[in-house]
Amino acid sequence: MSTAGLVSRRDCSHQLHVLAVDDSVVDRKFVERLLKISSCKVTAVESGIRALQFLGLDGEKKETAGFDGLKVNLIMTDYSMPGMNGFELLKKIKESSTLKEIPVVIMSSENILTRVDRCLEEGAEEFIVKPVKLSDVKRLKNILTKGDKGQNEEDPLLSLPLSSHDLASSSTSSSSPFKFLDHRSKRPRLQG
Amino acid sequence: MAYVGQLQRKFVEYTKSLYREGIVDKQFTQLHNLQDESNPDFAEEVVTLFFTDSQRLLNELTNALEQQDVDFNTVDAYVHQFKGSSSSVGAQRVKDLCISFRTLCEQQNKELCLRCLQQVKLEYASFKSKLESLFQLEKQIVEAGGTIPTID
Repeated sequence: MSTAGLVSRRDCSHQLHVLAVDDSVVDRKFVERLLKISSCKVTAVESGIRALQFLGLDGEKKETAGFDGLKVNLIMTDYSMPGMNGFELLKKIKESSTLKEIPVVIMSSENILTRVDRCLEEGAEEFIVKPVKLSDVKRLKNILTKGDKGQNEEDPLLSLPLSSHDLASSSTSSSSPFKFLDHRSKRPRLQG
Repeated sequence: MAYVGQLQRKFVEYTKSLYREGIVDKQFTQLHNLQDESNPDFAEEVVTLFFTDSQRLLNELTNALEQQDVDFNTVDAYVHQFKGSSSSVGAQRVKDLCISFRTLCEQQNKELCLRCLQQVKLEYASFKSKLESLFQLEKQIVEAGGTIPTID
């Protein structure tokens, strides 16, 4: 499988920044590679606590209003982690006024209906069964970049950078870039 | 030229045998094909991380099962991690053993768990040695100026 041709022509001006959270060093490296191949900027951390710290929600410092280049467009988190698990991290993010617009995807090796249901109900955009595939990442990326297609037909370089800030203010119906999907669907995603 | 061809043929045959014997599954294919010119050693890097992590997990498992009063929740947590990482690198047989291992943890059967751990160690050692041989072959191909065949 060649990786050439996957680079989007819009990447130079607004790469998607994905925060990947997983306690497994093997999985972190793997997901990081999938994201980089898909031309995303990646920050990979090992725990929910670290993720919150990175997002500026560690309680010690206030999140700044300005763009500091660290804006995250998508959070992909493992479900089973020691300490704060993926569900708890999801809850914290959705409870935060500054972070709740950032789409969160849960990854898990266990495709358990009640787990999937709980995560989707709490606001997760999708539940991905591990091992994550390149096609999963490509699909997520397509969904996120479709989010601002209506705004700039002429020059892609002028399109707004996809950030949580922009997502909150740009769309009228739903602020989620996943509005194209019925993201309240409770069907667990089957591993294809 | 002929030398590279020989190495490549050896690589192809060896890889096919690994799949045939169920040592690796299609997740390994995915991993391997994430390599490119700018990241030629990606699969090896990930698998090396897996080796280090596995050693830690196997040590923890051995320790946990040697306790007077085995905490099966702890054992299960380690097996779960091992199952996850072996699944991510495509170590099929190791992963399958971990799945059985978890059932034994649920049953809280110390004797069977110990036996299963032994099997896991053996299977893991086999996986490690075979992958090391595979990566060695890859290095030889690259050193001889050739390209590593893509696995399909």
